Amino acid sequence: MSDAVKIAGWGLLILFFAMGANWGTDVAYRFHAILLMVVCATMFIWSIRTAGSGPKDPDGPVPETGYMDGVVRYGVIATALWGVIGFLAGVYIAFQLAFPMLNWDLPWTSFGRLRPLHTSAVIFAFGGNALIATSFYVVQRTCAVRLWGGKTAWFVFWGYNLFIVLAATGYLLGQTQSKEYAEPEWYVDLWLTVVWVAYLLVFLMTIVKRKEPHIYVANWFYLAFIVTIAMLHVVNNLAVPVSIWGSNSVILFPGVQGAMVQWWYGHNAVGFFLTAGFLGMMYYFIPKQADRPIYSYKLSIIHFWALIFLYIWAGPHHLHYTALPDWAQMLGMVFSIVLWMPSWGGMINGLMTLQGAWDKLRTDPILRMLVVAVGFYGMATFEGPMMSIRSVNSLSHYTEWTIGHVHSGALGWNGMITFGALYYLVPRLWNRPALYSNALVSWHFWLATIGIVLYAASMWVGGIMQGLMWREIDDQGFLVNSFIDSVAAMHPMYVVRALGGTMFLLGGVIMLWNLWKTIAGEGAARTQHVPAE
Amino acid sequence: MFMKLHQWAETNAFALLVLSFIVVSVGGLVQIVPLFYLDNTIEKVEGMRPYSPLELAGRDIYVREGCYTCHSQMIRVMRDEVDRYGHYSLAAESMYDHPFQWGSKRTGPDLARVGGRYSDDWHVAHMHNPRDIVPESIMPAYPWLAETPVSTDLIAQMMTAHRRTGVPYTDEMIENAVLDFRTQENPDAGDVDALLARYPKAQARNFDAQPGVSELDALIAYLQMLGTLVDFSTFEPEASR
Repeated sequence: MSDAVKIAGWGLLILFFAMGANWGTDVAYRFHAILLMVVCATMFIWSIRTAGSGPKDPDGPVPETGYMDGVVRYGVIATALWGVIGFLAGVYIAFQLAFPMLNWDLPWTSFGRLRPLHTSAVIFAFGGNALIATSFYVVQRTCAVRLWGGKTAWFVFWGYNLFIVLAATGYLLGQTQSKEYAEPEWYVDLWLTVVWVAYLLVFLMTIVKRKEPHIYVANWFYLAFIVTIAMLHVVNNLAVPVSIWGSNSVILFPGVQGAMVQWWYGHNAVGFFLTAGFLGMMYYFIPKQADRPIYSYKLSIIHFWALIFLYIWAGPHHLHYTALPDWAQMLGMVFSIVLWMPSWGGMINGLMTLQGAWDKLRTDPILRMLVVAVGFYGMATFEGPMMSIRSVNSLSHYTEWTIGHVHSGALGWNGMITFGALYYLVPRLWNRPALYSNALVSWHFWLATIGIVLYAASMWVGGIMQGLMWREIDDQGFLVNSFIDSVAAMHPMYVVRALGGTMFLLGGVIMLWNLWKTIAGEGAARTQHVPAE
Repeated sequence: MFMKLHQWAETNAFALLVLSFIVVSVGGLVQIVPLFYLDNTIEKVEGMRPYSPLELAGRDIYVREGCYTCHSQMIRVMRDEVDRYGHYSLAAESMYDHPFQWGSKRTGPDLARVGGRYSDDWHVAHMHNPRDIVPESIMPAYPWLAETPVSTDLIAQMMTAHRRTGVPYTDEMIENAVLDFRTQENPDAGDVDALLARYPKAQARNFDAQPGVSELDALIAYLQMLGTLVDFSTFEPEASR
């Protein structure tokens, strides 16, 4: 019975997407309809082939630990792959700014379409998969139970990655609603909403059925991240579709209200997606890798509540001296500066966890990565409040300084802590005694670190130079530089930045190789012979 | 006392969820909700009108190609910006922008008042290859725009969707959408006076000097109207700003 319903359901979906492919009003919509048709056809055939064989757990028999790790393994692979793809896109568009002929005069390869592809690939594909995979891993270990909801976790993983593919291909075909970090169009947004609610349910209900009396601090951060992203995503993407057979929609909020909603969302994509969620990672992987307890329980309570309360106010610092009312700008600035405190509270809690284990930094490249990540977090969360001061922002806004700031956080904090977590997870998830090579981890560490320094330094110099050139006025009261003077002056900075990015990308490729060899069980990762279970 | 309370939140997943949600809701409510009621964010300034059908199609191309990733449309209240780009931007000037195009980065210059600054010929050549006009430019070239016609199939539906979000398109405007669209690109094709009555200050001419409405026509029509609607020689800011 249930097999028949399933097969019929997939069949109906194929029909529906065929209608979409036929009546779609634009190329991105039609492409997506065909893509979804293929996905459903695959599921249709698979349902027929497995009909009558009864329910089957894709994880296989429940292992001794009782944990559901298959989906975490897939998430780890997706994180590593999407990471390298996202870095590659970033390096490519960095070279486009230095050498514009790389746009190739084609729509699909021009900067305006590739830039959202890069940002979404690194934030949502790399970061998002890292968050989903690690949260599923951490919540099971810290609650001592298997994930709630059976196959729902698999739905979250595949559904989320389908969202990524729809978003990425949409950008290349010109589908965007032009809201930064929220570019996907209405039906992709709706799909993500469904997936995200499932994610919230799996995570929350796993906590509910936990065997530990207390909810571990990492899970507070993951939970706050999931629920806040749900709120931000829904409100920011409210839109009226032009037609159900087309990509286009009209965003509900106009002008100044729209700008405020967008940056309320945009800054908290940083605050919750890239900070709160990743702090959850910090609170699990650093104590585990250092084999020390968290430095201060009270500090974690204070900085958790302070962080999530304050972050949400920081959005207007993206809109200083614009048509947004002054009082809102002022609130944004003040809360951004106050935010420095809980941010550093988190940093201190992470770093001081190494108390008594600092010597491990000499010998353990994974711990080194995790700790440097927290160091970059500290630097970025000092720089951010500083840049949110209105007088500083008047210089930095619209310049590459902002780009440098974002990347010292994204590459240094999000990148490094994810790499550390991946190196921690792979041997454990695939049951290997060690990584393939610790020396390669060191190579990755240094390539990434030097790459970040080149990236951030060139963008600081370039950004401050742009800001100063734009405002330079001679003794007659005239502007000294035309705009294009500042563009020409940026060329060497763009080249250095692209080289820094290339080094970071190279580190990522080395990581892929190392993880692959570990999974294959070569080198130090060779599986020791154990009696058959 | 506080630790007792926290112990409760820390052992109860739903409590933790609800408390977190309340805590993260406050900031947004305080900062966003008043913007729908305050005078200087919902003010009407003389001259502002919804986009004409051709301009709206051009704006969609501007969005599609990701122009906002490198160009802002928001002149800040600073001397050098006003000297370089013109009068600082008013909230009312983006009141019909769904969504706003203020941008966050100036890899290229601000475009809030680019309308009328360059000739149509300049734009045609610049879009074909920016480096033919400005050798140091790093902007991508957009040669396909001149060769791609704009379909009028969706224009009325597009305007209807905008009306649902609060843009005051009248029934008359929507009924005449296709006609106005064609007339603005080819003034001989229809009644320019009727177009101007519906969309004051709309510029009607063949922008790319080629027959037919290309994406380049629509984009240039949009660029040439940016910042031209409010007459700043007579504009007086209210005392409240």
